[in-house]
Amino acid sequence: MTVAPRTESPSASLIASRWEIFWERFREQVPIGLLALASSLIVAMLGIILGNIAWNGIGQLSWEFLTTAPRAGMTEGGIFPAIFGTVALVILMTIAAVPIGVATAVYLREFVPGSNLAYAWARARAARRWRERLIGFGHVVEILFARATRAAVNNLAGVPSIVFGLFGLGFFVQFIGGSIDRLFYGGELTYGQPAILWAALTLALLTLPVVIVSTDEALRAVPRELREASLALGATRWQTIWHIVLPEALPGILTGAILAVSRGAGEVAPVLFTGAAYFLPYLPSRLNDQFMELGYHVFILSTQSPDVEKTKPLLYGTVLVLLALTFALNAVGVLIRTRVRRRLRARS
Amino acid sequence: MVKFDTIRETTREPARAPDLQTTSLPVKVQVERFSFYYGAVRVLHEITLSFPRNQVTALIGPSGCGKTTLLRAINRMNDLIPDTRAEGRILLDGENIYDPQVDVVRLRRRVGMVFQRSNPFPKTIFENVAYGLRVNGLVRNRRELQERVEESLRQAALWDEVKDRLHESALALSGGQQQRLCIARALAVRPEVLLLDEPASALDPIATEKIEELIAELKRHYTIIIVTHNMQQAARVSDYTAFLWMGHLVEFNQTEKLFTVPREKLTEDYLTGRFG
Repeated sequence: MTVAPRTESPSASLIASRWEIFWERFREQVPIGLLALASSLIVAMLGIILGNIAWNGIGQLSWEFLTTAPRAGMTEGGIFPAIFGTVALVILMTIAAVPIGVATAVYLREFVPGSNLAYAWARARAARRWRERLIGFGHVVEILFARATRAAVNNLAGVPSIVFGLFGLGFFVQFIGGSIDRLFYGGELTYGQPAILWAALTLALLTLPVVIVSTDEALRAVPRELREASLALGATRWQTIWHIVLPEALPGILTGAILAVSRGAGEVAPVLFTGAAYFLPYLPSRLNDQFMELGYHVFILSTQSPDVEKTKPLLYGTVLVLLALTFALNAVGVLIRTRVRRRLRARS
Repeated sequence: MVKFDTIRETTREPARAPDLQTTSLPVKVQVERFSFYYGAVRVLHEITLSFPRNQVTALIGPSGCGKTTLLRAINRMNDLIPDTRAEGRILLDGENIYDPQVDVVRLRRRVGMVFQRSNPFPKTIFENVAYGLRVNGLVRNRRELQERVEESLRQAALWDEVKDRLHESALALSGGQQQRLCIARALAVRPEVLLLDEPASALDPIATEKIEELIAELKRHYTIIIVTHNMQQAARVSDYTAFLWMGHLVEFNQTEKLFTVPREKLTEDYLTGRFG
C-alpha cells in the first residue's frame, strides 16, 4: 500500500486581519471576565459591608461606649451589659459543649471496634462459643450505635438555628427548668424561665457538631505509629489516649473549640426565646438570670427603637464590636492551626 | 456476606513442620498451626515454628509474604487492625497468648517491639524512655526512674550521644539515633522478647551497622525476632532464619544452613534472587 505524499501548500494562511484578532480575543476574554466579575462581586460586597460598618462605627467606639449601659430608651449610653452577657454566655456554652463534644469524638474514633458492619455480623454468627458470640453481637450493636451517632451529628449541623431556639424553650426552659421548679422550689418560678444557663445549653447543642467534627479530625491526624508505640510498651488504651493521643490532638481540639465559640457568639435565634433580655438594669450573676447579648441587641436597636436616627450610631458601633469579637476569635483559631501544621511538617 | 465456615475448610495442605533439631535449645515462643485473616483473606496459613530463647531469629521472604503479620501476632499488635482474626496458638513460655483470658497489656510488657519507621513520642529524650516505666508503674521514685532511663540508653548504645541533652526533644535526633532511642524505650520495661520490624530499613549503612552490633549485644539478655527485607542482614545478625512465602512457612533452619544448603527449591530460588 502506498502512502500519498503530503502536499506542501497550506490550507489557510497563518496571518489574520486585525479585526479577526480582536474578535478572537474578545470571544476568549468575555467569559473569563464574567467569571472574574462574579468573584469580585463577593469581595466587593464584603468590602462594602465592612467598610460601611467600620466607617460609621469607628467614631462611636469609646471607653464610655464599651463600659456603660444603655440609657434613655437605648438612644444613648453604651453596650457593656451586652458584651458582658455575650462573653458569659459563650464561656458557659464552651464549658458545656467542649467536654461532651470531645468525649463523643474520642468514643467514636478510639473505642468503636472496626467499622465493617457486614464483617462484624458474619463473625458474630460464625462464632462457635456462646461467649464469643455475645461479644460479637456486642460489637455489632456498638457499630450501629456509632453510626447512629455520626448520622445524628451530621443532621444536627443542618438544623436551622431558630429550631434550636424553639427546642431550647420547650426542652430546657419548660421541661427541665419547670421540673426543677416543681421538685425543688415548690412550683415557684426559678429555673422554669428564660435564663443564661438554658441559652448556653441551647447554644452548646448548636455548636456541638463543630466540636465533634474538628476533634474527630484532630484524632484522626494522630499517627498510628504513636499509638502503636505506646501500646507496645504495655500502656493501656486509656493511658495511650490520655498521655499520647490527646496531647497530640490538643491544638486541633482547641481550634474546634474556638470555631465553635465564634460561631456561637454570633447566633441570635437560639438565645431569642431561651434567655436574652431586651434590657436589664443589672448584670447576670446567677445561672438563672437573664442577660443581654450583642446579636440580640443589634436586632433590638434596629427594630425596637423609639428614635431611629438617634440609635443609628449606636447600632453601627454595636455591629462593629460584634464583628471584631468574632473575627478575633477566628483569627486565633487560624493561628493555632497554622502553628500545628508547622509542627507536624517539622516532624516528617 | 462473608462465610467463615467455608474459609475454615480450605486448608489446602498440611503445615510443613520444621524438621529442625531445636530440642537442644529451650523454646521461648512456640507458634502452633497459627493462621491469620484480614477480613476474609487468609494471610498466614497454619504456621508452626519455635523461636529459641536468647537467640536471634530472622523472618525473611518477599513483600506481602506475611512476615510482619507474624511478627505483630506475637505481641498481638494485630488486634488493633479492625476486622482481623487469628486461629491456632502462640505460646510464650508455654502460655497461649490468644487465650481469651490473657491480658494483652501484660503480654506487651513482656514482648517489646521496635517498628520499621522510628516513632519517638513528641516528648523529650528522657520522657520517651521513661514513658513505659511510668505507665506500668515500674519505678517507685525519681532516682530509680533516672537510673533505669540511663541503663536503657546505655544498653541501646545511645547514652554517650544524648547524656547532655536528655531534656531536649527526641525529634531533634538523627534517624539512626531515633531508632536506637526506640530500642532504649522498648528495653526500659525489661521485656523478655524483642520484636524488630525492619529496624534498619530507613537508615544509612553506618547507622545500620550500629543497630546490628546492638542486636548481637542484646541477644545475651533477650530473645530477638527480626523481620528483614535484607538477606545479607539476616545472614549477618541471626542465628536462625525462617523463610515465608505467600503466608506459608517454607523453611526454618539455622541461618548458616539455610543460606548455604537450603532444603527447599523455593528457598534456593529466593536466595539466589530468582524472584522476590
